[in-house]
Amino acid sequence: MSAKVNAALPLEYQTEQNRMNILGFWVFLGAEIVLFATLFGVYGVLGERYAGGPTQKDIFIVRDVMIQTFLLLTSSFTMGISIFEMRRSNRKGMLMWLIFTLLLGGGFLFMEIREFMHYVHEGATMQTSAFLSSFFVLLGTHGLHVTIGIGWAILLIIQILKRGLTTVTARKAFIFGLYWHFLDVVWIFIFTFVYLQGLVM
Amino acid sequence: MGIKWDEFFVTGDPLIFASQIGIALTMVGALAGITYFKKWNYLWTEWFTTVDHKKIGIMYILLGVVMFLRGGIDGLMMKGQTAVPENDFLNAQHYNEVFTTHGVIMILFVAMPLLIGLMNFVIPLQIGARDVAFPQLNALSFWLTVSGAALFNISFIIGGSPDAGWTSYFPLAGKEFSPGIGNNFYAVALQIAGAGTLMTGINFVVTVLKMRTKGMTLMKMPMFTWTSFITSIIIVASFPIFTVALALMTFDRTFGTHFFTISGGGMDMLWANLFWLWGHPEVYIVVLPAFGMLSDIISTFARKTLYGYKSMVISIVMISVLSMLVWVHHFFTMGNSAGVNSFFSITTMAIAIPTGVKVFNWLFTMRKGRIKFTTAMLWALAFVPNFVIGGVTGVMLAMAAADYQYHNTLFLVAHFHYVLIPGVVFPIFAGLYFWWPKMFGYMLNEKIGKWHFWLFVVGFNVTFMPMFFLGLDGAVRRAYTYSAETGFGPLMMISAVGSVILAAGFAALVYNIYWSARNADRNIGNDPWDARTLEWATATPVQHYNFASLPEVTKLDAFWHMKKTDELQPLTEDEIEEIHLPSNTWIPIYMGVVFGISGFLLVFEWTIAAGIAALGIFAGLAFRSFDYDEGFHVHKDEIFETESKWRKGANKGVKNHVS
Repeated sequence: MSAKVNAALPLEYQTEQNRMNILGFWVFLGAEIVLFATLFGVYGVLGERYAGGPTQKDIFIVRDVMIQTFLLLTSSFTMGISIFEMRRSNRKGMLMWLIFTLLLGGGFLFMEIREFMHYVHEGATMQTSAFLSSFFVLLGTHGLHVTIGIGWAILLIIQILKRGLTTVTARKAFIFGLYWHFLDVVWIFIFTFVYLQGLVM
Repeated sequence: MGIKWDEFFVTGDPLIFASQIGIALTMVGALAGITYFKKWNYLWTEWFTTVDHKKIGIMYILLGVVMFLRGGIDGLMMKGQTAVPENDFLNAQHYNEVFTTHGVIMILFVAMPLLIGLMNFVIPLQIGARDVAFPQLNALSFWLTVSGAALFNISFIIGGSPDAGWTSYFPLAGKEFSPGIGNNFYAVALQIAGAGTLMTGINFVVTVLKMRTKGMTLMKMPMFTWTSFITSIIIVASFPIFTVALALMTFDRTFGTHFFTISGGGMDMLWANLFWLWGHPEVYIVVLPAFGMLSDIISTFARKTLYGYKSMVISIVMISVLSMLVWVHHFFTMGNSAGVNSFFSITTMAIAIPTGVKVFNWLFTMRKGRIKFTTAMLWALAFVPNFVIGGVTGVMLAMAAADYQYHNTLFLVAHFHYVLIPGVVFPIFAGLYFWWPKMFGYMLNEKIGKWHFWLFVVGFNVTFMPMFFLGLDGAVRRAYTYSAETGFGPLMMISAVGSVILAAGFAALVYNIYWSARNADRNIGNDPWDARTLEWATATPVQHYNFASLPEVTKLDAFWHMKKTDELQPLTEDEIEEIHLPSNTWIPIYMGVVFGISGFLLVFEWTIAAGIAALGIFAGLAFRSFDYDEGFHVHKDEIFETESKWRKGANKGVKNHVS
């Protein structure tokens, strides 16, 4: 709306519209929390309904899950540094860390797709049992979010290269950062309630 | 996979065949008409690409009225079928389809668009803002709603309608018992429209929190803004649940997963829980803004500040919390433990407390008021006794033990129609009569309005009152026919006659819109009702930038106090500044189209084609990301000219048609 700029604030908070966009994104994340909470609820209800198919212990591979977790958690950290560099008006550093984030996210996605293919190969598909239906849809929803995030980050990098750090690009980067950290938080829950709990049960 | 080409169009039913021809002719006629009168450019630049909250609101209302016609015809067909015993006007399958689409359309494509339309039009004006927080997102919400509505509506001529009820309970709604694609339409169309609604919720939460004009604290907001704000929060909290439920339904039906089917370890009750975890709050999503409208209308026409403003706010917050805690009362009879049923029985009854507070507040607002019996006020007055019948029967149903008697009978049907029609439809009508002059610059005719009112209210009672007694006598709902020995015939006939009167009432509204558009007085000033809130402080119809200078608020009912202290008019020439507004954009309507196309392909289970079409969605998002249009500025001269024009009129004393 109004173009009034408050230069005392960080770049992404300087205009009124920016502050609204950031608040709006927080509200959106609230909706995302409900969405994932529902999926976790569904997994909680169906997670032990194997219908004669494989159980968590039969299929999970601890080593791969650890690598995925490591990749995604690190990517959240590099995302944080990227925004830190943005606040210091260091465009180059910001982009570099953003690209690291992207690569780590890509690595996570690669591992996840490999994991899914492995399960399907073993005969554990979405159609096998209610447990696997809820498992694939919960993990798949998270994976889809990561995929969209990667596409989003690429668009963001192009815009920052083209336009430099403005109030608009800074706001977009900041919001992307919120999104990426959110995915990380969701993964921590997946790691705990799907993988760890599945393995100790 | 999927459907054969020869099953593409629904064939064999004369009623549907007639509709197919009718729809084809209407479409050809509309396209030819627009081309002949060279209106494409006007429609595209003024409406299809608009981001103005007022125009988006009006388009929502138009959608709601058109869908009301569709849902109403469904209702009439049901009443026609059950008017006499052993009727064969509709067969069982057709009846199932008709009650399913009636329910879905009335809730999601009539109540929601009409309410969101009025919210869109009124809220930014009531809080003294220039627009909503995210105007483009607002347009996207609208076009996704249209896309979902269109997809849902074509089901009965292409592919077949959903037939498992608006609740679409599993296992009935699963592939095994509903092998056609009708229920795919349900899952996909509601998914698209639901995404639009969620974004509306987010938009209004931020709009109300961030865009209020100077001095308007939360406790100085008009009641309609308050209730819409709470509704928006409930939308954000509950629609994602529906999103998940519908997605899982799509997975079960299209990709063979086992969420809700017993085979493979799924659980049908999981669907019932997820559906009502969204579905019950949905009841309050539609009823709360309607309550807000009533509050504003009653205080306007009783010419008093709303009684118990604070308790009203506390009540709606309580209702919003309780709304999330009662969903199990929709399936008391489906084998919960006594403890679970008791808990949900008590939370359900507890909702009667804040609701009762609100009803008494409205009554006390009217007490000692100098009431003006306008059509809008009549709807608000009729609301009270009719809604109380709905509420009291609701408490009857809330008793879990007694519910074993009422459940799945017409008693239940009568109850929720007594809640939703007086609680949502009456206030919407009141709101339309009340805000119509703000939207279009003329009033709806009061005389035809009274015809509309009496026909509708009488018809409503004649239709639904007999259903309480039919239900207590054991007439089950969703049954397409009954035998003469049951003795239901006479009451069923009365109910059918009532529905015709009800329909005549709706026809009177349509005629009123037509008549008033042609004949009504255009010289009504900016404040024809002598109203109390800020939307009336600006021109009628509202200029595209809403307020030349944003008003400042010191009290509740800000505009009323401005009029009393004569602080309304001053706006000196040097106070006028350029106003920044967002530009039109084609992306929202484009997104509506690509969502519609990929949804359509997904309905038919042509998943690869749907995937390819979905690339269009991502293309749209990418376009939007690179769009750095910064909007435009309204020039000072234009503002000066517009403002001096309506302000002169306002001074000439054309105001207060109801003095």
